[in-house]
Amino acid sequence: MEKMREIILEILEKNSKIDPSDLAVMLGLTEVEVVNEIQKMEKEQIICGYHTLINWDKTTKESVTALIEVKVTPQRGEGFDRIAERIYRFHEVKAVYLMSGGFDLTVIIEGSTMKEVALFVAQKLSTLDSVLSTATHFVLKKYKDHGLIFEDRKKDERMVVSP
Amino acid sequence: MNERFLSKKIKDIPPSGIRKFFDIVTEMEDAISLGVGEPDFDTPWHIREEGIYSLEKGKTVYTSNAGLMELREEICYYLHRRFNLTYDPKTEMLITVGGSEGIDLALRAMLNPGDEVLIPEPCFVSYKPCAVMAGGEPVVIPLKAQNEFRLTKEDLEAYITPKTKLLVLPFPNNPTGAIMTQKDLEAIVELIIQHDLFVISDEIYAELTYGDEKHVSIASLPGMKERTLVLNGFSKAYAMTGWRMGYAAGPAPLIKVMTKIHQYAIMCAPTTSQYAAIEAARNGDEDIQRMKTAYDQRRRVMVKGFRDMGLDCFEPLGAFYVFPSIEKTGFSSEEFATQLLYQEKVAVVPGTAFGESGEGFIRCSYAYSVDAIKVALERIEHFVKRYI
Repeated sequence: MEKMREIILEILEKNSKIDPSDLAVMLGLTEVEVVNEIQKMEKEQIICGYHTLINWDKTTKESVTALIEVKVTPQRGEGFDRIAERIYRFHEVKAVYLMSGGFDLTVIIEGSTMKEVALFVAQKLSTLDSVLSTATHFVLKKYKDHGLIFEDRKKDERMVVSP
Repeated sequence: MNERFLSKKIKDIPPSGIRKFFDIVTEMEDAISLGVGEPDFDTPWHIREEGIYSLEKGKTVYTSNAGLMELREEICYYLHRRFNLTYDPKTEMLITVGGSEGIDLALRAMLNPGDEVLIPEPCFVSYKPCAVMAGGEPVVIPLKAQNEFRLTKEDLEAYITPKTKLLVLPFPNNPTGAIMTQKDLEAIVELIIQHDLFVISDEIYAELTYGDEKHVSIASLPGMKERTLVLNGFSKAYAMTGWRMGYAAGPAPLIKVMTKIHQYAIMCAPTTSQYAAIEAARNGDEDIQRMKTAYDQRRRVMVKGFRDMGLDCFEPLGAFYVFPSIEKTGFSSEEFATQLLYQEKVAVVPGTAFGESGEGFIRCSYAYSVDAIKVALERIEHFVKRYI
């Protein structure tokens, strides 16, 4: 079942909208088995949520994404976790990763304007006690996200019938 | 041009049954097709990238006739790793322009006038015409649905004559999706050796088998390596149909003669493709697995779809085709395919395009997304319900 779980997750990761009855046929399981397994994985927080992948560039909504390199002082007994929590609690923050290498945390922020993001960094992020420095990089264009290339809808060029 | 300039032998060979159907389908706008005989995946990027890199480095000249030694070596490692086959890359391996060239070369290299070639049908369309062009006599063994289109000892025995020289063994099979398990192969080996036959084993779909049975090459069975030519290629396993990369592995004297024909007719397989193929054979095992997992899921959707609409459909364990029986509808294969196309705009290939024993069946490819397959199945069900 461990292998089957992996396959279910791989399919759901690409298409969380898939009908459990289809999934059951594809994997040679019953629908009940599939539904049970998914519910179990939700309970175990292996499945933490279901997202929709949106290319916001194609909408009229103004939105900017910034990737911020943050250097911090880790705290005794708590390492980086405490300061990471102080940061990820802000609703503007979409993702926080602890990094190896030249800086400590990657913080991904979304806002409606560059100014809004810059103000957040200046007022909320860099003023935190443990934060030593920040470097803000704005995202100009997203080519590929979550394994999906945004401009990749090409049509089937195969000959319609071939031996 | 005056027709008399054309070869009579070639004029007498009927055009492929697929071709005829292709012409009807292409006239039809917005038809959805289950008629394709190639993967829907793009060639994995790391393989394409090696092709591009070879061009950047100016690798644009001929290779040796038999193909790049590095590629031949890499394929020999691969065959050993995956199918327990051992070949010498120097003398027992030839790189061909797709698996198709291998079929042509093999038949031309071995047939003398009057030699009989056993061809189990339904099968891929080119064995018979290639055998005729090579001057041999094709002898069809019609396979039976009740045996799930496997070649049995009894079927084989019934068609062997003193003139029989070759047996073409096309498994996993296009169009039926049938496979030959180790047990099935063992059952016919004795007969092959007893009658001193030579086997052309077309294993182009070797990587695409489903369920517990992994593909077994007949060449890996005792006593068979010296009387088997293995044909394979990169088209199906790595989604590389357009690169035209195939290979033949077999006894040195045969490879030598095949290389002679290849040298005069082709020179060498495309160089860019050969560099890409090195990367595929070396680092492509995971890609194969990924695509195979997807095919297997679609295969289940399709088999269930046909069974749910009341058609008999044996479980195909290889390639990417299902071969359901449409007998219950009262149509012939060709009528079924034509009516389905006109009434529901779905293209499938009549079983008869792959030999007369395909009558009563249609070939449906599952090299499509699950969503596309579901739409096609709905339309086919709509059609079938009108007649059964």
